[in-house]
Amino acid sequence: MHGATHARWAVCAVVLALAATGCGGGGGSAADGGAVLSSSWTDPQNPLEPANTNEVQGGKVLDMIFRGLKRYDPKTGEAENMLAEKFETTDSQNYTITVKDGWTFSNGEKVTARSFVDAWNYGASLRNNQKNAYFFSYIEGYDKVHPAKGEQSADTMSGLKVLDDRTFTVRLSQKFSSFPDTLGYNAFVPLPRAFFDDHAGWLAKPVGNGPYAVESYTKGSEMRLTRWNAYPGEDAARNDGVTLKVYTDNNTAYTDLMAGNLDLVDDIPAQQLRNVRSDLGDRYLNTPAGIIQTLAFPHYDKDWNKPGSVKVRQGLSRAIDREQITRTIFQGTRTPATDWTSPVLGTEGGYKEGLCGEWCEYDPAAAKKLIEEGGGLPGGQVKITYNADTGSHKLWVDAVCNSINNALGNDRACVGNPIGTFADFRSKSTTQKLSGPFRAGWQMDYPLPQNFLQPLYYTNASSNDGKWSNQEFDKLVDRANAETDLAKAVETFQKAEEVVRDNMASIPLWYQNGSAGWSERLSNVSLNPFSVPVYDQIKVG
Amino acid sequence: MGQYVVRRLLQMIPVFVGATLLIFLMVNVMGDPVAGLCGDRQCDPATAAQLRKEFGLDQPVWQQYLTYMGNVFTGDFGTAFNGQEVTELMSTAFPVTLRLTIVAIAFEILIGITLGVVTGLRRGHPVDTGVLLLTLVVISVPTFVTGLLLQLLLGVEWGWIRPSVSSAAPFAELLLPGLVLASVSLAYVTRLTRTSIAENRRSDYVRTAIAKGLPRHRVVTRHLLRNSLIPVVTFIGADIGFLMGGAIVTERIFNIHGVGYQLYQGILRQNTQTVVGFVTVLVLVFLLCSLVVDLLYAALDPRIRYA
Repeated sequence: MHGATHARWAVCAVVLALAATGCGGGGGSAADGGAVLSSSWTDPQNPLEPANTNEVQGGKVLDMIFRGLKRYDPKTGEAENMLAEKFETTDSQNYTITVKDGWTFSNGEKVTARSFVDAWNYGASLRNNQKNAYFFSYIEGYDKVHPAKGEQSADTMSGLKVLDDRTFTVRLSQKFSSFPDTLGYNAFVPLPRAFFDDHAGWLAKPVGNGPYAVESYTKGSEMRLTRWNAYPGEDAARNDGVTLKVYTDNNTAYTDLMAGNLDLVDDIPAQQLRNVRSDLGDRYLNTPAGIIQTLAFPHYDKDWNKPGSVKVRQGLSRAIDREQITRTIFQGTRTPATDWTSPVLGTEGGYKEGLCGEWCEYDPAAAKKLIEEGGGLPGGQVKITYNADTGSHKLWVDAVCNSINNALGNDRACVGNPIGTFADFRSKSTTQKLSGPFRAGWQMDYPLPQNFLQPLYYTNASSNDGKWSNQEFDKLVDRANAETDLAKAVETFQKAEEVVRDNMASIPLWYQNGSAGWSERLSNVSLNPFSVPVYDQIKVG
Repeated sequence: MGQYVVRRLLQMIPVFVGATLLIFLMVNVMGDPVAGLCGDRQCDPATAAQLRKEFGLDQPVWQQYLTYMGNVFTGDFGTAFNGQEVTELMSTAFPVTLRLTIVAIAFEILIGITLGVVTGLRRGHPVDTGVLLLTLVVISVPTFVTGLLLQLLLGVEWGWIRPSVSSAAPFAELLLPGLVLASVSLAYVTRLTRTSIAENRRSDYVRTAIAKGLPRHRVVTRHLLRNSLIPVVTFIGADIGFLMGGAIVTERIFNIHGVGYQLYQGILRQNTQTVVGFVTVLVLVFLLCSLVVDLLYAALDPRIRYA
């Protein structure tokens, strides 16, 4: 970098001669002054409201500028009290929540019980179009503010009551023992009055209660966050600020990192994985994240819901050489899956290595036999549907198909079926228009086994796109939710997971890792279980 | 002349309506955009219905189109899914792309025409062969290869420039992207100018001019070049419209937040409002460019007159 400054001036001189413009620009992120780091970002898809942000890029910002009742430990993923002083319940259905004293928003307003209740009511209300509204569906009165059909008949949920400045009660519509542990999710953070009184102004420059405050926000290109010096929590930022820069292409971000213009990239492009070790050495991180990739099946289709279908699905699962695909295509940034949750839960938290057993082990001979016993592939061919626009899905779908074709000794047994855009792919898979297996990825909202099972496999659940339905599974999940003893709840969830396995409701493929690379200026970089960098712990210089 | 311009402007109306209708229909065929807003899970049906209603997606396509066009004439291009007004997106994206286009066109004119004149006057000369070969290479290598290669060499290996353009995108930072964007057209401009100059060199009026005893530079610039520029001007005029909308690849490589970036994102997120809005403006730019080109003909060649 230093040796280059000379040359840059030379280029600038040419620039001046050619275009007769000033010689601005230049200078790397180091010139931004102080211990501020720059990090890659992409434009959030939805407006930056807490209950409206359902992807990592928006979540990144919320994680910096907000703190909720609970917070998931960046290392272990365990839910720990943050703003909550205590949760009191006798029946796992009625909760009294006390908020800690001394917390304020960065504009000076006090965080009170009302800050939470107002925020939750806003998030649940149908007229606010919040995409995470269903997170509030356990609270009594949700069906009035967010009816499945027609106009809403109430503005606030009857299950929420403010008792005094620091306490409020929550009444759920069913027993849910791990409810407090779900409250670390971004949708449950408190909101200041400014959010309601001057909504447009708030969106232009969000105000929260986290370790960072937004200094400026240029939509679509850059957000500057600075350390909030009066932050009352223990996890205050160890740097002076973070500048998030929007990149259209993660390859450009990586190039900028190599050139010293960017400090942190948290999405290493697949094409660079091969050389990332030699480029960055030990300034590269590859850790498990709460993401699992599976192949879902159209259980609403008769062809996939016959007596022999389970065997066909088991056969397909055994025909996939996960080990080889994760090694050659993903360079070890994904790990072959052996259950339906994620290693980030930890064995006590519900992850059970090897739960899938032999059904997830590669054995072409057994695969062929199982599929034949099950009556063969429906229509003689499986088409794996995926979206071709992002995430290099084509690569692995082709590899999975190759693996299946080799196992069955038939090169027309499996083909990929690309769909142009993610939106179109989602619209086809959520309206039951697909007639073969399709790509399904799941990123956890909170580190609980419930989050890996209920939304995906419970009858008519929000992400049960294949419309799988099994009474035994539903009963086990209900029982596990009502269980007050954590160990017993985990055990019951694992029993439910065994039902998923015995029916091979979906084929688990691999657990996805989060990756990050950083410049020499940074140290103490880590990723949390949601594969978001833990910005407040990063040290600069 | 005035009558001609009015007639041309009137002709733009059907072209404009047809182009926007086509784009509108094409984006619609791509399917339901709301499903993509909720990540890998299903939007809850009530919220999805509410969103569809808000964006007018619950109405038949023809009605959506009419409402949209009605709004466009009042200056309202709708709202993108992230809550930003499309006009706001345009006001940040178009200046950036305009600067990029200006840089690219400047390169085309300066380098392209100069090389064209030099080679055209020295046909068969080693300089001519060399430039011809060079243009052949430039034309046959795809833009993204040139772009990535130069970015890696100048930005990372030698550290002369920043590999990416900052969000303010000043002219100085747009030089390399502009050169990359212009490279292929530049090669075409060189070849067009060269052929045209070589052809006109033997024409009667050039011989007359030389016979009159005019200095060589005056013959070349006033007589030869001016008459040879007509095909080149046509090409560059059409290229302005093309560069404004076709910079998707270059803008992605250098992380320029211009029109290409907004279009790319709009298409990925199936954001009808963004895509149709931007394409509508691009159609207008294209139409105006071709009008200006036609008017320039008359200025360059006195034999052409518009009644």
